[in-house]
Amino acid sequence: MITITNIKRVGSEKTESVTIENGLIKGWNLPEEGDVIDGQGGTVAPALIELHAHLREPGQTEKEDLASGLAAAAAGGYGTVVSMPNTSPVVDDPAIVRSLIEKASGLGFARLRPAAALTKGQKGEELAELTYLKEAGAAMFTDDGRTNENARTLRLGLETAGSLGMVISVHAEDASLRADGVMNEGPVSEALGLPGNPASAEAARVARDIEIVAGLHAQGVPARLHIQHLSTARALDLVRAAKAQGLPVTCEVCPHHLTLTDEALRSFDAIFKVAPPLRTQADADHLLEGLRDGSVDCLATDHAPHTRAEKERDLLDAPSGIAYIELAFPLMYTRFGETLGLERILDLMTAAPARVMGWTEPTLDAGQKADLVVLDLTTERTVNPAEFKSKAKFTPWAGETLKGWPLLTVVDGKVAYQR
Amino acid sequence: MGARPPHLLDFQDWTPERLGAILDNADTMLQVLDRPVKKVPALQGLTVCNAFFENSTRTRTSFELAARRMSADVLTFAAGASSVSKGESLRDTMEVLTSYKVDAYIVRHHAAGAAHLVARYSGKPVINAGDGRRAHPTQALLDAYTIRQEYGSLEGKTVAIIGDIRHSRVARSNAELLPKLGAKVVLCGPAPLLPAGLGALPGVTLTTDPRAAVRGAHAVMALRLQRERMSGGFLGSLQEYADTYQVNETLMQEAESGAVVLHPGPMNRDLEISGDAADGPRSRILKQVENGQAIRMSVLYHLLVGRN
Repeated sequence: MITITNIKRVGSEKTESVTIENGLIKGWNLPEEGDVIDGQGGTVAPALIELHAHLREPGQTEKEDLASGLAAAAAGGYGTVVSMPNTSPVVDDPAIVRSLIEKASGLGFARLRPAAALTKGQKGEELAELTYLKEAGAAMFTDDGRTNENARTLRLGLETAGSLGMVISVHAEDASLRADGVMNEGPVSEALGLPGNPASAEAARVARDIEIVAGLHAQGVPARLHIQHLSTARALDLVRAAKAQGLPVTCEVCPHHLTLTDEALRSFDAIFKVAPPLRTQADADHLLEGLRDGSVDCLATDHAPHTRAEKERDLLDAPSGIAYIELAFPLMYTRFGETLGLERILDLMTAAPARVMGWTEPTLDAGQKADLVVLDLTTERTVNPAEFKSKAKFTPWAGETLKGWPLLTVVDGKVAYQR
Repeated sequence: MGARPPHLLDFQDWTPERLGAILDNADTMLQVLDRPVKKVPALQGLTVCNAFFENSTRTRTSFELAARRMSADVLTFAAGASSVSKGESLRDTMEVLTSYKVDAYIVRHHAAGAAHLVARYSGKPVINAGDGRRAHPTQALLDAYTIRQEYGSLEGKTVAIIGDIRHSRVARSNAELLPKLGAKVVLCGPAPLLPAGLGALPGVTLTTDPRAAVRGAHAVMALRLQRERMSGGFLGSLQEYADTYQVNETLMQEAESGAVVLHPGPMNRDLEISGDAADGPRSRILKQVENGQAIRMSVLYHLLVGRN
């Protein structure tokens, strides 16, 4: 049993305490019992939910592993993490799903909900054993990292997953239009002489996938499509239109696509190489508007750790990805706290991802699961990658001053992180 | 004249005055090359590293000779593109080279921006000898110098560059340099090889019509058609390209009467350039090669002498 004192609920100035017992919220402002933790006047919210993280286990643990990745998530205020299956081997086997969940549960950090591959080996050809994967505990299906070139396979997957009540999430990018592009195609890529990845690569694929869902929907086939890391204004407009038609399509946006643009590549620093690439300020503004008006469903970080040596390569050879799960909330709160508001940002990182997945929306009510985070919304701190729990100790925001840092993360009633 | 930039990676940090000084200095270097003993002691005791991560014979030879004629010791490091794919980072490679006590690096690499990374890691002056599609500044300087020899100045001149603009670092560097020196640049090629984004550069216009490009031009540069790009579906056929975009005497009739023909080499004769244009009286192609050595001597001098 633990009692957290000296905390405030979002929207309230009242200092309260919460008591936690057997993994559940026992109640508010009860007599102090068990271990007493001072919440330091922080703001309490349900623990954050990450739908898109690369934890690199099995097979690429020099980049990250379950322990470092889930510790990093807890330090970032996350209680639940959906990990991507593009590991080595690929998570396309129920035994791997079970072993990941078992291993993660003993670590005491954030909770792991592994996504499984949609197709065997993520090759985009044959569907994986989706039924068995769901039984093993897979949270969703995705070939993330690959781009589902075979439309028929995706359609069959949507039918099967839909019948299981499961979401399919997609990296929506037409590989032939992307070609060898390593950054957003436009005046910056041309001036830098770097092969460009056009916005149409994303929009064209989003349009195709929405059409597949629309076709199934018209026949009464349940299918739920979640579009990952949307980066372009055009693609967001397509999602908006699909939603207006009542189609079961959701999408996520990553903080790095809101806070950085292709101008950052002028440094030729591969730390800014991500997939999909950083786009223009107009795209970022459009995505922010989508977060405001509700057409973007949730935030996700696409936490994608690599070794420093890999990121010190030139832009053609370096892998794509930024790892920053530890500072996603401070980054969003510092940059967009005024424009979006604290409650909207928290919703995008807690209840909204749960809605996308069809999970129960987290609350702080008595009787609910005790997954919560205490946030310090006032103290400014400088981003110091050396302090990261993640193995990827570098970030585009190193040296920046942010506020909104987690003080305490509780998962299943146990302390998973404490500053 | 503005602060002296520590490197020559592209022309972003270079003022027109600084660039003019490099061109002026090349006059002196050309005189050195005409002497019986083609050597000056300017870089004596210094070591220049030719770090070539991508194959090149002409540019490497030109830089090597330029450094030797200035009395520098030359270390040639030909890594090939493979060391990167074997997993060694550029930074690791540079740290090894730095331990050889090198005073300046000349870098060629298949990836745009690689010379910038070397500059970040080396702590010594870096000259970009071509990085991917990004830049080949000494080539652009020698092109500018060759045109200036004809007209005395670049001011008010028009230079047409015709060919595979998309994949050309020479085109990008010229598009950056020539407007700084007062010239206009017209980039021309088939639409898939002519990225619209380049039209955003100051002093640069784009056209897919070679006759329009050449009209009023004082210099016409043909670019090598990179045959390996054909597999990307950029062109219908080589014949179609040659019939439409080849720089030849017929096309040159549209240009200014004294207009000269340039080519950064190596040439695909009868493809992007005809024999009559390559070898005719307008051609300054061999002059470019000669000027290249003088320009590279001038750049080395500018970056290394008097720095400490």
